[in-house]
Order: sequence, then C-alpha cells, then structure tokens
Amino acid sequence: MSAANKEIGPPVIELGVMGWLRKNLFSNWYNSLLTIFGLYLLYILIPPLVNWIFLDANFVGSTRDDCTNEGACWIFIQQNIKLIFYGLYPTEELWRINFVYLILLISGVYLLIPNLKHKGWVGAFLLIIFPIICVVMLSGGLGLESVETRLWGGLFLTLVIAGVGIVLSLPIGVMLALGRRSKLPVVSLLCTIFIEIWRGVPLITVLFMASNMFPLFMPEGVNFDKLIRALIGVMFFSAAYLAEVVRGGLQAMPKGQYEASQAVGLTYWRMMALVILPQSLKMVIPAIIGSFIAIFKDTTLVLVIGLFDFLGIIQFVGTNPDWLGFSHEGYVFAAAVFWVFCYAMSWYSQRLEKKLDTGR
Amino acid sequence: MSSELMIEMKNVHKWFGELHVLNDINLEINKGEKIVICGPSGSGKSTLIRCINRLEEHQRGNIIVEGTELTNDSRSIERIRGEVGMVFQQFNLFPHLSILDNCSLAPIWVRKLPKAEAKEKAMEYLKRVQIDDQAHKYPAQLSGGQQQRAAIARALCMEPRIMLFDEPTSALDPEMIKEVLDVMVGLAQGGMTMIVVTHEMGFAKEVADSIIFMDEGQIVEAKNPKDFFDNPESERTKTFLSQIL
Repeated sequence: MSAANKEIGPPVIELGVMGWLRKNLFSNWYNSLLTIFGLYLLYILIPPLVNWIFLDANFVGSTRDDCTNEGACWIFIQQNIKLIFYGLYPTEELWRINFVYLILLISGVYLLIPNLKHKGWVGAFLLIIFPIICVVMLSGGLGLESVETRLWGGLFLTLVIAGVGIVLSLPIGVMLALGRRSKLPVVSLLCTIFIEIWRGVPLITVLFMASNMFPLFMPEGVNFDKLIRALIGVMFFSAAYLAEVVRGGLQAMPKGQYEASQAVGLTYWRMMALVILPQSLKMVIPAIIGSFIAIFKDTTLVLVIGLFDFLGIIQFVGTNPDWLGFSHEGYVFAAAVFWVFCYAMSWYSQRLEKKLDTGR
Repeated sequence: MSSELMIEMKNVHKWFGELHVLNDINLEINKGEKIVICGPSGSGKSTLIRCINRLEEHQRGNIIVEGTELTNDSRSIERIRGEVGMVFQQFNLFPHLSILDNCSLAPIWVRKLPKAEAKEKAMEYLKRVQIDDQAHKYPAQLSGGQQQRAAIARALCMEPRIMLFDEPTSALDPEMIKEVLDVMVGLAQGGMTMIVVTHEMGFAKEVADSIIFMDEGQIVEAKNPKDFFDNPESERTKTFLSQIL
C-alpha cells in the first residue's frame, strides 16, 4: 500500500499559479463573476487615482499659479506645511517641538530594537521624565519663552491630545475596571456610575461641556486652560471605554489563577500586578489598540471647541483666499497621515501579541 | 516525633447558600502527620482543605493553624498562607511566566528574598521534583505530570510547614500519575505535614497516618489505613470502598 501511495502526488490541477487562481478566484461560476467584476472596478478606479496623485500632479512651485497640470496640487500642502504640522507655534521656537519629537523617536526606536539592555529604564524615562520635559519644552518655563496653548495646532496638537489621552487613559481605565469588579459595594457602584456616564455621552458633548459649561461652574476669575480641559475630557472618555475592555479581560481569567496567587501568599495588589493583569491585558491587546486608534481619530472633534488639530488646520488653510479650491488635496493628505499613524499602532499591537505569546 | 499541634479545627460549619457543605468538622493534625481525605464527590473534602488557607471562608467554629486563628483579619490570613502550601487539581501555574519564574515569584515578592537567591532556591526544588531541565520553558510546553510537579515545586519554594493537595492527580493521564505520586511520597518521607484529598488508595496505604472518610459534609470515619481498609465501621464507608477498590 505504501509503495503505491508514495507515487500519488496532489492533483496537478491544484498546483502552481493556475492551480491557485482556479482554487481561489474561479472555483465556480459566481466566484468567477465576482472576480471579473472586482477586476473591472480596480480598472476604473486605480488608474485615474494614480494619475491624479502622482502622474498628473504638481510638486514644485510656490503659488497656486504653478499648478498647471490636471492632477493634484501638492504645492498647496508644501506651502502650508508649517501650519499643518505645527499650527501657529512661533517659527523661532519650532526647534522645541522638534527636540521633543527627536527624544521620542530615539527612545521609541531603542525600545523597538530587540534584545537591548536597560529597556526598563528607557520606558521609565518615557513615562516619568519625558512628560516633564514635554511640558517645559512645549509650553515654556526655565528660561524658555512661554507659548500659549491657543497657538498650538496642526499635527502637533493632534499628537499631544492623542498621546496624553492614550497614555493616561490606560492606567485610569485599569483602575476603573478593578474598581467595578471590587467586592466593596461602594467602590464598585461609584466606578460603574462613572464608566456608564462617560460611555453614555458622545465625545462631542464632552468637549462642549469641557469648553463652554465647565467655566460656568468655576468661580469668577478661575480660568483653566482650554486645552487642558479638552485633554481631561478625552482622557476620561477613553478611560471609560478602556475600563470595559479591561474588565472583559479580567472576566476571562480562570478562577484558578486567583486561587493560586492567593495560596502562595500574594496580596491583592501584587496578585493583580504580577499575575492577573499581565495575562488579562495581553488577552485584550487588540481591543485596547482598537480603542487607542479610535481616540486618535476622534481628536479631530476638538475643532468644535476651537482647537485647530491636524484636520482642522487643513480645512482652515483651505479657506485661505490664496488657496481656495484645494480641499481634495488636503483631505487626501490628511487621510494618508492618519492612516500611517493608525496602521503603525495596529502593526505594533500585532508585534506585541506575538512577542508576549507564551501559549495557554 | 514530638506531637506539636499544627492544625486544629473545632466545630467548623460552612454553607453554600442553603447547602450545608461542612457540618461540624473537628480535626487535629500534628506536625509531620499525613492525612488522606477521601469520599464521594460533593462530600465537602475539597472545601475542607480550602478552608485551611482561606480560599473558602468558614462560617462557624474555629480553625487554628500553627497557633494563629483564621479570622477576617488579613494579617492572620497572610501569615497562614505563608505557612501553608497548596497544590491544585488543575495545576494553576501562571502561564505567562517561565517555570523558574513561577517558582521564584512569591519568594521574591512575599518573602522578599533577593532575586538571585530566590532563583537558586527555585532551581533546587525543581531539581528535587526532577524538572530542573525544564526551568526556562513555559507551562504550556510541559506535560500534565511535569506541570503538576512544577506546581509542587512552586509551593515548596515558600518553604511551607504544611502542604495541602486538592486531588493532585485527578486531571492527569494515567501514565503520569506515578511521577507525581512519587514526588509526594518523597515529600512525606521528608517529614512534611500533609493533607491530601485523593482517590489514590495505594498512596493512602503507603504514606497516610490516618484516612478520613467524608460524606455529606461530615467526617464519617477517621482511622489508620490498616483499620480503615480492613474494618470500616460505617455502612457508607463500606459502600464507598466497595465502589473504588
């Protein structure tokens, strides 16, 4: 039997390019039809898009009059790049933002390279010292000229809001999730109320409240920075969503893990920090990153309270009389930049999942 | 052997809702004694040993472990958990940590041992249960028998004075039961105070100082192995023995 079987290979029809095509694209008449329809759609969409973005586009020049070709006028982006990336931040102080980017870039790359030593210290630096550097560098102090937050804008502002929202909302979300599952009824009730209120309100409402209503409750003369109010709103909003994601992870933990931790004498906080959270957060990485991506994109809503984030400023420069009529270029550029950031997060989450996988 | 009292249970009762799972348990266990608890499922034997390290809370009576009474005071619970090691039916190793880290986690964070010392000690115990060559693997990469031996090593790393075993071989494939029982026999010969919930009657005959038969939350019979198997008094014990032997 074995001698005869060895000579039988897989059916020839499933091998090679033709076999693959046949199996995946033309396995029956309606799949064939869908394949042909799909190809037709690509044919009518892709060439004009490529033409508009690259082949027929204008890349060099300084005014709208240089845009002579039929395609996109990237000169519009190029001429407004400072506004789009940095908002109204004073030009002579831009090095401060770039310096902060540089620190972030260097430590980020360091953390991404496998098998380097002292990663814990770099991480601690990023979480504890780096924020202080940011505040001093960006808003001023210690001899640096103060730059009011109403001048902040563009991609820089988007990164500030998303960054602060993401970094602060995770620990708050974890605490809320633990609180909601607490055996102490008061703690659990308070956390549940907090979570459900923030989740029940649209972000746009939160931002309006932070911007317009909040000052009404404050005593005369007390004035919180508008950006800080928006940051707090975004942070709690995101934390409430994360809390439910984390709670899902906690609920998926087998009871035996709690019992084994207690049996070796770990206290509640050590059990959570060393055994339960590392496992349950790992389980919900995709959902956590999903929340982060959502928050990153939702930062565009701060436009409604008069903060000019990346998308807001692109719309704003589009209303400049010198550059009327180039909103398409603006939106395509905005979409591309948003996609790069969101995809980077998604890529990192997949990498993290693989790295932390130790089987079950 | 000096008869130092390690565990004392006096008139212990526990209910799950309406269900009376422990009904007037009285038990005294001396240092170095090995107790095997058996009985039909639902008889309360697991609940009994889980009460000793407060994985379950008893509702009436007193449980005194090494002179410390178990109360709601978290300090008494912590002190007792430090003295009592436990091995579970489902192993309950921490899947995100290597075997070595599983063993050194509690010594580092609870006993405050320096890392190097804790790992050294963990390797020692892993060697004793003969899986030191697996120390850097994760639990999911080990067989059931190896995982259970790792779980025993993890408990031993806290240098407990009492070891509780909750059906340690029930989740294992038959060919792996012996390797775990061998470790337990070795431990018993070393003088550890042990309470073992198990249906392995061979093990009970070999190491137990006394065998306790439980049914419906009560201790029906407690005897040395010879009398237990040869002259069981109660009808319920006789029926149970006829079913499992």
